Amino acid sequence: MTFLQISFYVFSVVLVFAATMVVTIRNPVKSALFLVLAFFSAACVWITLQAEFLAIVLVLVYVGAVMVLFLFVVMMLDIDLAKLRAGFTRYLPIGSLIAVLLVIELSLIIHGAFGLNDYHNPASHGADYSNTRVLGGQIYTHYVYAFEIAALILLVAIIAAIALTMRRRPHTKYNNPGTQVQVKRQNRLRIVKMKSERWPAVDDDANAHHNNTRPGPGGKS
Amino acid sequence: MIPLSHYLILGAILFAVSVVGIFLNRKNVVILLMSIELLLLGVNMNFLAFSHYLQDIAGQVFVFFILTVAAAEAAIGLAILIVLFRSRQTINVDELDSLKG
Repeated sequence: MTFLQISFYVFSVVLVFAATMVVTIRNPVKSALFLVLAFFSAACVWITLQAEFLAIVLVLVYVGAVMVLFLFVVMMLDIDLAKLRAGFTRYLPIGSLIAVLLVIELSLIIHGAFGLNDYHNPASHGADYSNTRVLGGQIYTHYVYAFEIAALILLVAIIAAIALTMRRRPHTKYNNPGTQVQVKRQNRLRIVKMKSERWPAVDDDANAHHNNTRPGPGGKS
Repeated sequence: MIPLSHYLILGAILFAVSVVGIFLNRKNVVILLMSIELLLLGVNMNFLAFSHYLQDIAGQVFVFFILTVAAAEAAIGLAILIVLFRSRQTINVDELDSLKG
């Protein structure tokens, strides 16, 4: 057994184990963490297929972004686990039966038909071969329209996710800048004509004398 | 070396496990979404295996687009889930029957 074979089988076993745990474990948080393990093992399997760019993208985008999103949502929702688990054992026999049938059928096809054993391992690429460069060369030439549609799909997903989850609470206090800039002086300021008043109200004569001797603002007395 | 059929069987096992997950966790929408992600992973495995053994880069391009769509689907699905939980206080599929005639 070469190192490549050993790593493929090890990562495959880990991948199948993690996938089984995702669908059978009780706690959704642990389920999401096992999904992280499954994606990581899948990325390692993809490395053995010499799809390096997609393996890295799987780790970055899925483990880094989508799974964190899943974890956020799982931890944010207050879920009644017992109610959600009801019927788990009831559907276990038929579920396992269908799984076994699926695997047997697909294995029969894979081994029997199509002459798949005629496909031999292709020669490995040289050290100067760049998977990213080849993939980019295809995406930006032959598949450029599909690439732009994919970008549009992501934009729609962003807008949809924000528009769906944005909460408009009725009692929130906020400023409306439109009405704020339309304010006139009359709305805020009222000028009242009145006689001048003295303060503090002290003895009239002393006050008058004091006022007369006080120097004006210009310095003239 | 590793034969092509082993990769395909690995993809088939992943697919089957995800289908079982959809059967078993049919009340929990979060696990349902996770099962769909696993299902797409199994399909991607087939694409990549054939891409490698046929020496055709187109398979990887398709996996690229599947990853894009799956990420968008997960984001929108989780957003819908949050809105649902806000209005109904539950994510149990059995109780989400307000569209029933």
